[in-house]
Amino acid sequence: MKQHTLAVLVKNRPGVLARIAGLYSRRGFNIESLTVGRTEDPRVSRITMVVEADEMTLEQITKQLHKLIDVLKISDITHEDMVERELALIKVNADKNNRSDILQIVGIFRAQIVDVGEKSVIIEVTGSTHKIDAMVNLLAPAGIRELVRTGKVAMIRGNKAVKPPLD
Amino acid sequence: MELSGAEILIASLEKEGVEVIFGYPGGAVLGIYDVLFSSKIRHVLTRHEQGAAHAADGYARATGKPGVCLATSGPGATNLVTGIATAYMDSVPLIALTGQVGTSFLGRDSFQEADITGITLPITKHNFLVKDVKNLARTIKEAFYIATTGRPGPVLIDLPKDVTGLKTEFRYPQKVEIAGYKPIYAGHIKQITEAAEAIEKAQRPVIYAGGGVILSDAHEELRELAEKANIPVTCTLMGLGGFPGTHSLSLGMLGMHGTVVANYAIQSSDLIVTIGARFDDRVTGRTDTFGPNAKIIHIDIDPAEIGKNVCADIPIVGDAKQVLKVLNHHVKFKERRGWIDKIEEWKRDFALSYGGQGSDVIKPQYVVEQIHELTKGDAIIVTEVGQNQMWAAQYYKFNTPRSFLSSGGLGTMGYGFPAAIGAQVARPDKVVFNIAGDGSIQMNIQELATAVAEKLPVKVAILNNQYLGMVRQWQELFYERRYSYVNMQSAPDFVKVAEAYGAVGLRATKPEEVRSVLEEAMKVNDRPVFIDFRVSREENVFPMVPANGVLDKMILGVEE
Ligand SMILES: Cc1ncc(C[n+]2csc(CCOP(=O)(O)OP(=O)(O)O)c2C)c(N)n1
Ligand SMILES: [Mg+2]
Repeated sequence: MKQHTLAVLVKNRPGVLARIAGLYSRRGFNIESLTVGRTEDPRVSRITMVVEADEMTLEQITKQLHKLIDVLKISDITHEDMVERELALIKVNADKNNRSDILQIVGIFRAQIVDVGEKSVIIEVTGSTHKIDAMVNLLAPAGIRELVRTGKVAMIRGNKAVKPPLD
Repeated sequence: MELSGAEILIASLEKEGVEVIFGYPGGAVLGIYDVLFSSKIRHVLTRHEQGAAHAADGYARATGKPGVCLATSGPGATNLVTGIATAYMDSVPLIALTGQVGTSFLGRDSFQEADITGITLPITKHNFLVKDVKNLARTIKEAFYIATTGRPGPVLIDLPKDVTGLKTEFRYPQKVEIAGYKPIYAGHIKQITEAAEAIEKAQRPVIYAGGGVILSDAHEELRELAEKANIPVTCTLMGLGGFPGTHSLSLGMLGMHGTVVANYAIQSSDLIVTIGARFDDRVTGRTDTFGPNAKIIHIDIDPAEIGKNVCADIPIVGDAKQVLKVLNHHVKFKERRGWIDKIEEWKRDFALSYGGQGSDVIKPQYVVEQIHELTKGDAIIVTEVGQNQMWAAQYYKFNTPRSFLSSGGLGTMGYGFPAAIGAQVARPDKVVFNIAGDGSIQMNIQELATAVAEKLPVKVAILNNQYLGMVRQWQELFYERRYSYVNMQSAPDFVKVAEAYGAVGLRATKPEEVRSVLEEAMKVNDRPVFIDFRVSREENVFPMVPANGVLDKMILGVEE
């Protein structure tokens, strides 16, 4: 099954996320990741969703989302030329023995060390989901104590924009 | 002028043309009831909030206007839930108003607090929690607009107690614009002409009509299409009455308990014209075996229905009435002698039958036939759920829309009696029959008090088999006759129950009494009547397509 990236514009109202999450669980759709935040218009929030679905299911997901009154617009941007980013914080074991290896990995991925502890460091990395997966894999042997990821946000390059159909 | 939230609510309902509210009071709605006390809106006090929701639903189905129900917070609101879900599954325009604890008490497990907007999220078309009285009028306008446009459905408005007490300037909006909500009414002309061409080419077409025909008031256009293009029509349970049951092109109902001719027609068809129907599993059986040789045209106002269960070859998103109006311009008459002859042959060879009414014990199907004869097919028939529902669907011939009210999607036992009350409130000019089962009627029997208080002459024909008959039938056919907890012999005396409530109670135990008892019931016009028909206990509903089966593999009867 294929992964699709959907940009969903919703009214900035309480309960919108619950409506969307409820729809997914009720109808048995799979969400890989979901992020939500405000947009340039304070009345509108934007959800970036990564879903795994075949064409039929994707069509159902889109149509069912459209039925929610608070959903303004759904764009499947999977095939667009876009910038996609995810941020991760990774707390990894680091002592005298492996610190330089870790620093090297951090350098390669153009990540940053944002906190240094006695036995561990926190690394901040942004990039595509793919890049973060790769970094996590490389750090795994050192021992990852804690990992938090934001999920993907994405934006189409150039002048094209995902705009709400408001006034 | 400044009005309180409660006053704004009632004034807004008046602006929406609401004439009746079905409801039940409580602490959180005291303010609303105080305003209702002096309003011209009629309030029907039910004896259970579930009754109020179903009554509002019955009112809506009988008229096409939105039904309104009202309950207090907490248990009042949760008691509406089954009624709201019932309306949701059958796309009934319903406005559910619930009281709520004051805004400062929200989220603190306050007395009689229930998160009713959370609870009803998956069973409403939309719902609102009004936190500011300034938004109240607009919210009501939006609620009615959402409930009644596009694919109709229930909308709930949750009203915290302080919001109903606070005052603000009242101005009812003239119109609504809801960004992100734009129902599509006109079908795409390219799709419609493609459909017309497919109809022209088809050798064995059949129309499969659902509740959408009734919701969009498209029965005349459907009839025109059928007659103009010469296509036989089968209706779903929800579609009954959308096409005249006595018409020569009518095949009756299709699906699990459909007629043989309807199911054979679907399976032999080369073109299925689906109008306002949703390929429910009770209709299709196993979806990959449904209409195996047919191209499928699917007309529906809800885009999400298209391709949900069955792939459509020619999808048309739009309102059934508007789409058919255009489609009818593009179709012409075709003889299709062979197909029509074949249909006639199936109709003759496999007519619905129950072996006829013998002389010893009353057959439930006979009771339905007698009701049909006596009311000349002109009554509003409301049903419960189970065998009673299927016999009503099979043996009453519905000729007009909004004359058959039944919980199709959710299959809610206990729906029928309160819905019949709502229908009778809406249509005092009509004979309203609730065809009931002995099990189902006990689920909302308390509404007898409502019907007596309101002097509603609803007739309840209890097809009393002393069983949860439909469950017993499945146990007989698929569980080796192990009748597990379906015996209803310890039931009350329904005649005495009716009398205790101040209604009329009648009973028929022999076939020759059926007609006279019905005639007696018809004479009562100022109170409800319960008729206890003691029917043959182990009668089954046939034909039957076992669940997930193939439509033309029907069980026609069991060997004695
Ligand atoms: C609220 C509810 N509970 C359970 C069921 C499952 N159910 C379907 S039909 C049926 C039996 C109905 O019995 P009765 O009302 O006597 O009707 P009959 O089938 O005997 O005509 C039951 C229990 C249901 N549909 N609704
Ligand atoms: Mg029964």
